[in-house]
Amino acid sequence: MTAPVDVTAALQAKFPSVTPRPSGDHVAVNVAAADAVAALKYLRDEFAYDLLVDVTAVDWAENASPRFTVVWHLLSTSGHTYLRVAADCANDAEPAMATVTGLWPAADWHERETYDLMGITFTDHPDLRRILMWDGYPYHPLRKDFPLAGIETALPDIEVAEETGAAVLPAPMMGGPFVASSGEMNLTEAEPRAKDESWNERSAKRE
Amino acid sequence: MVSPNTELAYNSKIEGEVIVSRVDAVINWIRSNSIWPMPMGLACCGIELMAVGGARFDIARFGAEVMRFSPRQADCMIVAGTVTYKMAPHVRRIYDQMAEPKWVIAMGACASSGGMYRSYATLQGVDRILPVDVYISGCPPRPEAVLDALIKLQDKMKREPSAKRLTA
Repeated sequence: MTAPVDVTAALQAKFPSVTPRPSGDHVAVNVAAADAVAALKYLRDEFAYDLLVDVTAVDWAENASPRFTVVWHLLSTSGHTYLRVAADCANDAEPAMATVTGLWPAADWHERETYDLMGITFTDHPDLRRILMWDGYPYHPLRKDFPLAGIETALPDIEVAEETGAAVLPAPMMGGPFVASSGEMNLTEAEPRAKDESWNERSAKRE
Repeated sequence: MVSPNTELAYNSKIEGEVIVSRVDAVINWIRSNSIWPMPMGLACCGIELMAVGGARFDIARFGAEVMRFSPRQADCMIVAGTVTYKMAPHVRRIYDQMAEPKWVIAMGACASSGGMYRSYATLQGVDRILPVDVYISGCPPRPEAVLDALIKLQDKMKREPSAKRLTA
């Protein structure tokens, strides 16, 4: 289990942009976006991080800069160690990052999901389409400026939308986000529910 | 003098080969006892719907055991699960492909109202895109609740003016 310390040092020796990243669990490093793919390839080939566990992204806030950070989670199936690599996207308005589908084919759908929900364009991705929302959906729902209830837009199928008169509407929040209490031992109390039922769509929240 | 008939049941010796009834009653009797469901299993409720079709709960007791995966052969769409906006047009198209007469059961909280998914991705009740006859509460509903809904649907079908609709 000595490998993680060596990895950070070795990465820093090869890529000067690498810095240690605060982490509560596994070893984590920051890397410049320009070096990301080369660093990941180096990790895969020299340190046997052969399994790409996850590709995801962080939206720090609407007016933060850098706003978006792409995060890769790697696992070495021979060394049994995890590693987290993060890289900030240079452009806050139209974030982009180089694809790693050439290194791990598993990145394909992860990058599509990150593109779909966060709006990060992975350059040179072989098939960068939305994967969860439908083609033509105008928003990226996991961004901080997107409300949980959603934004009104048309149904994906125009014919059905015309026949039924239905549209994609903001969901009624009726007392705030409808969430479960994960730490609650009383299972009745742990059920998903609105946390503040003093307001709803008809009567406004009292300040 | 003819002796009064004390038998309550149909007796062919007395009544011959004739049964008198109303057309509505006959049509509705046939329809309500051979509901062929279209299992629109979209989420976890679909698993519970499979239990309804199994031996323990035995939907065959109500003549509804013939699950049809082709909408053209089905009478009753059981929407079992969360309907996302992406799926909603497909659900509506499958409903449109079903031949008249047709009925819809919204099974569970999600199909009835969106359930706990108050989010940008979830249709807040399948009744926004198609007419629902029976709603079932529960997350997911017990198989008994599905059978109860089926019986309620049968009761509803038995009150329909089917003959008038056939000629209209």
